[in-house]
This record gives sequence, structure tokens and C-alpha cells, in this order.
Amino acid sequence: MRRAVLATSATVAGIGLLLALKPHHNSPAAALAPSPSGSAGPSGGAGPSGGAGPSGSAGPSGSAGPSGGASSKPSATGRNGTFTGDAIDTRYGPVQVQVTIKDGKLAAVKVLQVPSENGRDRELADMAIPRLTRAALAAGNAKIDTVSGATYTSEGYVNSLQSALDKAHA
Amino acid sequence: MPELRVVHVMGTVVSFAIRTPMSSQIHRALDEAETWLRHVDAVFSTYRPDSQISRLAAGTLSLIRCAPEVREVLALCADIEAESNGHFTTTPRGRLDPSGLVKGWATETVSDILYAAGATDHCINAGGDVQTRSSLRDAPWRIGIAHPHHPGDLTAIVTGTNMAVATSGTSERGEHIIDPHTGRASTGLVSLTLVGRHLTRVDALATAGFAMGEDARDWIASLPDIEAFAITTTGRAWQTPAFPVSTPA
Repeated sequence: MRRAVLATSATVAGIGLLLALKPHHNSPAAALAPSPSGSAGPSGGAGPSGGAGPSGSAGPSGSAGPSGGASSKPSATGRNGTFTGDAIDTRYGPVQVQVTIKDGKLAAVKVLQVPSENGRDRELADMAIPRLTRAALAAGNAKIDTVSGATYTSEGYVNSLQSALDKAHA
Repeated sequence: MPELRVVHVMGTVVSFAIRTPMSSQIHRALDEAETWLRHVDAVFSTYRPDSQISRLAAGTLSLIRCAPEVREVLALCADIEAESNGHFTTTPRGRLDPSGLVKGWATETVSDILYAAGATDHCINAGGDVQTRSSLRDAPWRIGIAHPHHPGDLTAIVTGTNMAVATSGTSERGEHIIDPHTGRASTGLVSLTLVGRHLTRVDALATAGFAMGEDARDWIASLPDIEAFAITTTGRAWQTPAFPVSTPA
């Protein structure tokens, strides 16, 4: 497993880069502009320290990263299988990876959790579905102006909450 | 009480609420907005065989002969298609159909018409997709997000002044689907609500994000101008940190 783990570290250098970049996040000089492709690009790496390259992830300082997370809980026996690491809380946020070993070789790496450059992932946490019943809304005087929902048809509108609101305002 | 107008158009209902004191100019703008929506329906409806979009799809009309807004819409579609890695498409069923963008775009356009006429404080709801404008920070628009499993109930309330809110989803109860690769329940989406500034973009991105299912989460996190609230098929919800949710009073 150990070899596979090291290989993982190298393969998911992107995470390491992300982690390594993180300390610069609060620095005004670090222009980590969010973009659809993520900020872990080469431009982001050109920070003042310069040491924030992919190698950082496999080095000793990167030990809190994915390598720590992928070392436990095999979900299959033997050399082959898919292994999901524990989610490790790093100072930059939780990191969790899943690796697939085939014929003793690293076949796939899936990043399950990674702290993004703007720290959003920590707050994209699961929660129970909130429910505000019509009755509770009325009782609590929680005024709403309109309703957003999956598109209703002309027919569906008739019985909709939006229709009721429109009637109340008319 | 806001001035209200309800228009049945584009296969749905568009509700206008205007808090700015009405003027003759705003009344005219409302008429113009209604006329514009009917025009958009006539040009873009895929249900009308004589619409420009239908004839363009059938090959009996060339793009150059279409109204300029057809080219505008198709260009906007292309942008979103690229940004969403093809999860938004103008050919959802193998045939030209930009409907996923048209409603949001038309609604944002009429919002601009009202604003230009002096109605700086208004809220337009087009079949569940909302565009608001206001300069009153202490009196934001309050928009309920429909609960996907309980018709008539809400799952959240968002507030804002200049804001677009679009929800994509099914009203059906989400089924627990087991992913054969993981043996776990899939984490597809039942409902995805996006909040941003412009409804053209927000509505189309919501369509794309919903199609992505579980992958929407990471994708949305990378969109700096978009906040999201989602309900998953596993009966959970998640939201981005700056999603402008309001707790009921």
C-alpha cells in the first residue's frame, strides 16, 4: 500500500499545489482569481515563495495532505480494489481521496474532498432539507414576494403558491 | 401594495410586481414588456411550427434571415455551453431548442425595459425564475424557494435587491438510485437553485448544473458570481456559503 500511497501523492499533485498555495491566500499579492478551471494553475503557483510547486505535495511538509488520507480503510482485499481514505482535516480544509489499484498499479484517483482556493468546500456541507410549511410561514408572518421553483406550466400555475401570492397582491 | 400584472405567455405565467410608484411611462413599459414576451414566444417557441426557431431547425429558414435576437440568443447559448462543458446544450433532444436560455433572457430583457422606464424597484417571476431590481437595501425582495417534495411549502427564503434566482429540477420525489460502481445511493439532484445577478446566465447555468447531478457541486464552487442551494436525491441539502438565505422572522 505504501508505494501506492506515494504514487497517489505524486499523481494528485494538483491537490498538493492547492494546499501549498493556501498559505498565500490571505496575502494581497496572491492573485488567486477564481476561474472555472480552478486556481491551481501555473499562474497561481508563481507566488512569492516560489516553493509552492507540485513537489511540495510529496515532500515532508505536505504530509498532512492526501498521502495521510489515503492510507486507511481498504474497501477490498488484496492488491486490487478501490480504497477510500479517511477525510483528513488539514489546516486548509478536509482532504479525501479514493484510489483504485489494478494489477498492483495505481489505475485511478478520485478526489472526493479538497479545499478549494476560496474555502467554499468547507461550507458546502450536507444538511437536512429545510422545510418551511405554508402554515408556519403564515403564522410567523414571514412575508415573501414571490416563489422560485421548477418551471410551472400555465395549468400548474393555477394551484401554485405564486398564484396565491398574485391573488393576495392584486 | 406593489402594482401587479400577470401575463400568460411562453407556456407559463409571468408575474410582474412593481414597487416604484406607477407613472404613465411605467405603464407603457409594462405594455411593451408584455408585447415583447409575446414576440419572443412567436420567434422562439418550439411548439409553433411557424416560429423562426422551428423553421431554422427544419432547415426552411436560414440564420441570416432570422430576427437579430435569434443570433443573440444562440451566441449566448454557445457561451453557456462552453462554460458548462456541454451540460447546457441548444440541442437537448437532438433538435435545435434554445428554450433553456430563452425564458431567462426574455425576462431579464423585460426587466431592463421596466428599469429604463423608471421602475427601478420591481420583481418579475417567469414560471419560477425570478429577476429583481431594487435600490432599497433595507427593503429587499424576498423569494421563497419551493420545497421539491411538499407543494405549497418552501425550503428556503432568499433576499436581495438586484438579483436573479432560478430553480431547476423535477417536482417529483427523487428516487434513491444505487450507483452500481460504488454500491451507494447516487447523489443526483432533485432541485438546484442558483442565485446571481443576471437571469439569462443564472437560469441557463441552473439547467446545466442540474444536468450535471453530483458534479454540479464542484463546478458551482468554481463560479465566482453564482451562489447555490441544492437538494439531493439522498434527501439532503447543501448550499454555498454566501447563498443569501434568510431565516423566517
